[in-house]
Amino acid sequence: MKRRSESIRDKLLPAAAFLLILLIWWGLSVSGLIPDYMLPSPVDVVKAFAADFPNLMSHAWVSVEEALTGLLIGTALAFLLACGMDRFLNLEKAVLPLLVASQTIPTIAIAPLLVLWMGFGVAPKIALVVLTTFFPIAVGLLDGFKSADADAIALLRSMGATRGQIFRHVKFAAALPYFFSGLRISASYAVVAAVISEWLGGFEGLGVYMTRVRKAYAFDKMFAVIILVVIVSLVLMRLVTLLRTVSMPWMQKERKGTEK
Amino acid sequence: MELLRAEGITKDFDGKPVLRDVTVSLEEGELVSILGLSGSGKTTLLNIISGLILPDRGKVFLQGRDVTGKPGQISYMLQKDLLLAHKRVIDNVCLPMVIAGMKKEEARKKADVHFSTFGLEGTQMLYPAQLSGGMRQRAALMRTWLCSRGVVLLDEPFSALDMITRGQMHEWYLSVMRSISLSTILITHDVDEAILLSDRICLLTGSPGMIREEIRIETPREERKDFALTPEFLGYKRRVTAALRG
Repeated sequence: MKRRSESIRDKLLPAAAFLLILLIWWGLSVSGLIPDYMLPSPVDVVKAFAADFPNLMSHAWVSVEEALTGLLIGTALAFLLACGMDRFLNLEKAVLPLLVASQTIPTIAIAPLLVLWMGFGVAPKIALVVLTTFFPIAVGLLDGFKSADADAIALLRSMGATRGQIFRHVKFAAALPYFFSGLRISASYAVVAAVISEWLGGFEGLGVYMTRVRKAYAFDKMFAVIILVVIVSLVLMRLVTLLRTVSMPWMQKERKGTEK
Repeated sequence: MELLRAEGITKDFDGKPVLRDVTVSLEEGELVSILGLSGSGKTTLLNIISGLILPDRGKVFLQGRDVTGKPGQISYMLQKDLLLAHKRVIDNVCLPMVIAGMKKEEARKKADVHFSTFGLEGTQMLYPAQLSGGMRQRAALMRTWLCSRGVVLLDEPFSALDMITRGQMHEWYLSVMRSISLSTILITHDVDEAILLSDRICLLTGSPGMIREEIRIETPREERKDFALTPEFLGYKRRVTAALRG
């Protein structure tokens, strides 16, 4: 285990760096080096955040809903496809290169197409979130299934286990850490993907709000909403970490086990 | 009564002969070692006896029934304990029963009573990572034994343990064999271990592996506490080593 002083230092250092950046930013805008309308001071941003708080929250809620729905659907699809690819090697050979290639298509290029196909409602937003979150989870799961100990699988076979039982008792647990790594990345993409898709049209959401304040040149509000997106993404990632701890209690014990 | 018999086992891998006409039998309550150097086909023989791979020729009988190529009949245990890290110790031990279709609660109940025999009382709800090396090995052995119909196949089970723990495990194994009905085929390359634990030692040598010689250890297992320090033991060791060298 880390010593106490070390763990305090681990938290203090990034906080100090953050404060320093904030200070430089504040100095730049207060000194007049960069004009107010181009870079609002942190104080103005906080004020804008507070003044527009209820509005921001209602927009944030819409985006979070889209992000979570998309993440859920993306996870489910990723799970199905990863299981399929694990079970049928030919499916993996056929589909995996396509999946990898599909990831090189810029999100920003598909988003308008989705709007064209699916309209201005929530459907294209959720679809974009699904497209961006699906891949890290699917690849994580697939690697996870493959990481299962071959000797453990042989042992279960020697017990007369079926393919399904081997999956349930060995492969699934082996894949969990990989799954959560993928999910964490996907969670951070999810909110951004929702916001990007909202830029291109819609009625509510942080992206819509962003477009509006940009057109009004309200840069303090623009910064406020950017910070909100960051906070929401961080909270979502933190939730994934919590979920990971809860679903893998043995990991905790492993760390404790080696401490002794 | 003869429990297990592997008869005339012959196996090639990609045209390379690995085992030639190997016959091993095991009586009830007996411990038979298959002692061989690396590359003598020990692990292949284990996989064949446990039904994971088919021999080219020969058959495996368990209590007179042909179980050749049928996994799930004879349980084995490796040097790696292969306890699943995500399952509690008791659920690891229960796994074979659960695989065979038993309800989890029922399996737990059945396993629970044996924890003290295996020196694992109180560890039921822990995770494997919280156990010591020797305890993990005993847990793996318990899992093997519980689903075993009395026959277990051990592949160098103690070789990853340190010397002191290994000595303790040997002593413990001899005592536990007395208290539960357990017949063992032990695959090992450790001459001392084979002499210390076995009733009979089958020397598997050469490439392809064949049983060159069978040595019976006459000293009763109950009297083997300090067996390794006796001239008798050295006599056996001389014989075995000479035979291994050919």
